[in-house]
Amino acid sequence: MIRKRPEPIQIVKQRRDAALRALVAGIPFVQFLGIAFERHGDELTAVLSFDDMHVGNPELPALHGGVTAAFLETAALVELGWQNLWQEIESGRLDAESLNPATLPRMPKTIDITVDYLRSGLPRDAYARARVNRSGRRYASVRVDAWQDNRMRPMAQATGHFLMPSPSAE
Amino acid sequence: MPDKIEIRGAGKRRYIDELPFCRAMNMVLEKVGDGTAVVSMPWNDRLVGDPVTGVVHGGAVSSLLDTCGGVAVLSHPAMPSATATLNFRIDYMRPATPGQTITAHATCYHLTRTVAFVRTLATDEDRANPVAMATGAFVVQA
Repeated sequence: MIRKRPEPIQIVKQRRDAALRALVAGIPFVQFLGIAFERHGDELTAVLSFDDMHVGNPELPALHGGVTAAFLETAALVELGWQNLWQEIESGRLDAESLNPATLPRMPKTIDITVDYLRSGLPRDAYARARVNRSGRRYASVRVDAWQDNRMRPMAQATGHFLMPSPSAE
Repeated sequence: MPDKIEIRGAGKRRYIDELPFCRAMNMVLEKVGDGTAVVSMPWNDRLVGDPVTGVVHGGAVSSLLDTCGGVAVLSHPAMPSATATLNFRIDYMRPATPGQTITAHATCYHLTRTVAFVRTLATDEDRANPVAMATGAFVVQA
């Protein structure tokens, strides 16, 4: 029994990074806010690079609650979109290099999201990781944690429900 | 998370103009007073979440709802000096129609010494079919 030789690591990385880039670059609001995603294997970390525009209260200054909410929602949506895309890319059903908004699988839609503000957002970078607690054919439930300097001192957390794109409605 | 923003003495427009994020999102304070606020946000291609349809990103709608809720708290007759969001839940009923202004209407329906309770509704030009609804709890600073 001869096993298929594994692909060279740079090919695998190129493919995955190209897919992630296509997914994130296609969302104008994510670019506007300055959110990027770092990838380790299939694990994503959302990074919100601080910008003066993110300030809600100039006197403290603190991040606007709306920025925090949008950041957490984005982290959840991209995580779901990424998990979808990952399967398509790794199975070879989609070619990562040729992805664009028209060929990308449709993104999930938010049904509801609850955000808890745990600490005032400081005027510096923020990070978030989303965990898909359940993903069915139609609905998904996602939990997100966000922090700044110290992972053990979360800035905000959120739980949301999302409507998964139906393959037949493409 | 509006905080420490004086609206009592200040001109009504000044409140939103002072918040860098609201300025970046082109939010306009349409009406404020007595624990209620109306804030609008014109459609803009930077706010889009789905480039295929041009529908505004849910996060942009959340930002509008949060802002409007905070303004309603500050305009309550009990006159809290500052506020910040504690918790916010948003339900999205339908995608906002691309190209249309989204308007949020917030009511601070109850206020204690420490917490303000708020409901906010977002509509586009079809006022009869809301886009999103939110309920939130805000910090009250005397």
